[in-house]
Amino acid sequence: MSSEWPLWEVFIRGQHGLNHRHVGSLHAPDAEMAINNARDVYTRRNEGVSIWVVKSADITASAPSDKGPLFDPSNSKVYRHPTFFDIPDEVGHM
Amino acid sequence: MYAQMVKTDSTRLRSLDEMDPVERAFQERVDAGQKIEPKEWMPEGYRKTLVRQISQHAHSEIVGQLPEGNWITRAPTLERKAILLAKVQDEAGHGLYLYCAAETLGVSRDELYEQLHSGKAKYSSIFNYPTLTWADIGAIGWLVDGAAIMNQVPLQRCSYGPYSRAMIRICKEESFHQRQGYDILMKMVKGTPAQKAMVQDALNRWWWPSLMMFGPSDDASVHSAQSMAWKIKQNSNDELRQKFVDQTVPQAKYLGLTVPDPDLTWNEEKGGYDFGQPDWEEFFNVIAGNGPCNAERLEARRKAWNDGAWFRDGLTAHAEKMAERRAAAKIAAE
Amino acid sequence: MATATPEATVDKAALLEFLLRTGDNALVLGHRVSEWCGHSPVLEEDIALANTALDLIGQTQLWLGLAGEVGGRGRTADDLAYLRDGYEFRNLLLVERPNGDFGKTLMRQFLFDAWHYLLLKALKGSTDRRIAEIAEKAFKEVAYHLERSRDLIIRLGDGTAESHRRMQEALADLWPYTGEMFVGDASDAALAEAGVVPSPESLKAGWDEIVADALAEATLKRPADGYMHKGGRRGVHTEHLGYILSELQFLQRAYPGATW
Repeated sequence: MSSEWPLWEVFIRGQHGLNHRHVGSLHAPDAEMAINNARDVYTRRNEGVSIWVVKSADITASAPSDKGPLFDPSNSKVYRHPTFFDIPDEVGHM
Repeated sequence: MYAQMVKTDSTRLRSLDEMDPVERAFQERVDAGQKIEPKEWMPEGYRKTLVRQISQHAHSEIVGQLPEGNWITRAPTLERKAILLAKVQDEAGHGLYLYCAAETLGVSRDELYEQLHSGKAKYSSIFNYPTLTWADIGAIGWLVDGAAIMNQVPLQRCSYGPYSRAMIRICKEESFHQRQGYDILMKMVKGTPAQKAMVQDALNRWWWPSLMMFGPSDDASVHSAQSMAWKIKQNSNDELRQKFVDQTVPQAKYLGLTVPDPDLTWNEEKGGYDFGQPDWEEFFNVIAGNGPCNAERLEARRKAWNDGAWFRDGLTAHAEKMAERRAAAKIAAE
Repeated sequence: MATATPEATVDKAALLEFLLRTGDNALVLGHRVSEWCGHSPVLEEDIALANTALDLIGQTQLWLGLAGEVGGRGRTADDLAYLRDGYEFRNLLLVERPNGDFGKTLMRQFLFDAWHYLLLKALKGSTDRRIAEIAEKAFKEVAYHLERSRDLIIRLGDGTAESHRRMQEALADLWPYTGEMFVGDASDAALAEAGVVPSPESLKAGWDEIVADALAEATLKRPADGYMHKGGRRGVHTEHLGYILSELQFLQRAYPGATW
């Protein structure tokens, strides 16, 4: 099987001057296509939005609150991507 | 349901006292209604069950594009065509959100596709039935989306954060799906006798498969009990089926249709309908691959994937070339 | 374009002809693109392509809606889409070409988008306010279609050896259907004279430039301008259109007068 397109995290600015907010993820061969795909998948053509994409593998996340052993995927995938960040609404309105 | 009979690897439900401290802390957080996030500790059984359930759900969305997609080019008006296309497109989007949620559990979309294409992974039995007339498009929106919503609304409160958030987004986008189906049928039953007959025929064919979507009774199932303890399932199959029948029968009456169940009667005492059982032998046959469209559905998915390999590889190769060229230009500039 | 000309002075038959041509292009290409729904090589593309098809169906409603008004026989956009036979359709032969593989679909889209983009850009300045309004909306959508199809044919042309070969073949297959976009007739000339639409010939230089740039970046070779197929714009189609219409119009034809 050929190599899978990398996974990207998508952040979108709402129409009212809000901060960029995590909306989900998708696959794309590079950043430019990730932007296009994000527009088609996550904005369904709303005009005036701004999109950020970042490779999921490039995100550094804080350690989870629990001190227990990290969950280890049985198939030992090297990357773990913090997709679908839970950003509280009030953060978006900063 | 879009995920039917999901196994959990559990043989019996354990109490908090029987768990080690880490698992106990996990279960207590779930009990307290807290969300579990991707990098946090979770029991292996919880992870595996979620992968099964979410991927089954995702596969159902993308296989589910096919029966309705079958009528996009034949929709009777430009507006109906646009609505149907938007709806089937939403299903692709929902599949995408769900695959992404599954990917947070350490499995790739390609691996999940491989499981689907090899026949190893399941998807909802309902999508192995054919769409034979335009009324079927109405019936799918009304009955199939109606049944799916019954399950998806509670799943918004699921304990796993990414799945819960995907379900919130899906429910929000899906709110118009059931209405568009019912709207198609309302228009048709007010139309010519031929149109009305088409609607009754669609109900006759889709009623029982819709009831099967909830899966067989799981009141005695350890898997179901475990999933409920983990809060990745909120209601029993029978509960949801009852709710669906109670909600749907008056809607059928409004359309002037006859529900094809001779045992259907209102039970004043329980405040709901008594109804007959679907043909479970048929259900297990469809699950086992013997439904009217299993072979076509899988073949269509495999074909889309295999025929598209050159396209995906071409774009990968181009992205790599561009990255190399950028790197070379940077070195040259230094 | 000429300065403002009252709508009433423009020949109604010519205007109707133009609206049918423009609406039928959107209808037939939207139909073809929608055939991919559920069958694309990757989910992200499936969703993107559906957006393109949705835009085209929306544009069809606007163009054919106006055609119905102008035609003055009380026909709706749906009547025009569902109750005309092939000889009454005015779309380019290019848009009724079968989808082929995904590369061919994208190449057809690009060749059409580049032309569609220039057409709509000019139509934004139409002396007919109704046409200018539709073009304003459609132009935004089509600018994005072009951005996307151009990007993809470049990537696939300059991708693997196989993707390059497929794109070059698609270009060769479709090229003979591009000439029709730039050949005007008397009705085009009348409308161009009144500043309602650009003359088809006037779009050629801009199209050549967009296409040449993209093909160069895609490392694809522009085919020689040999024989060009024509006929769609005056209702003489390929055999493919009949099959498109038999699907598209099935319900309206099988149940005459029914509402849906």
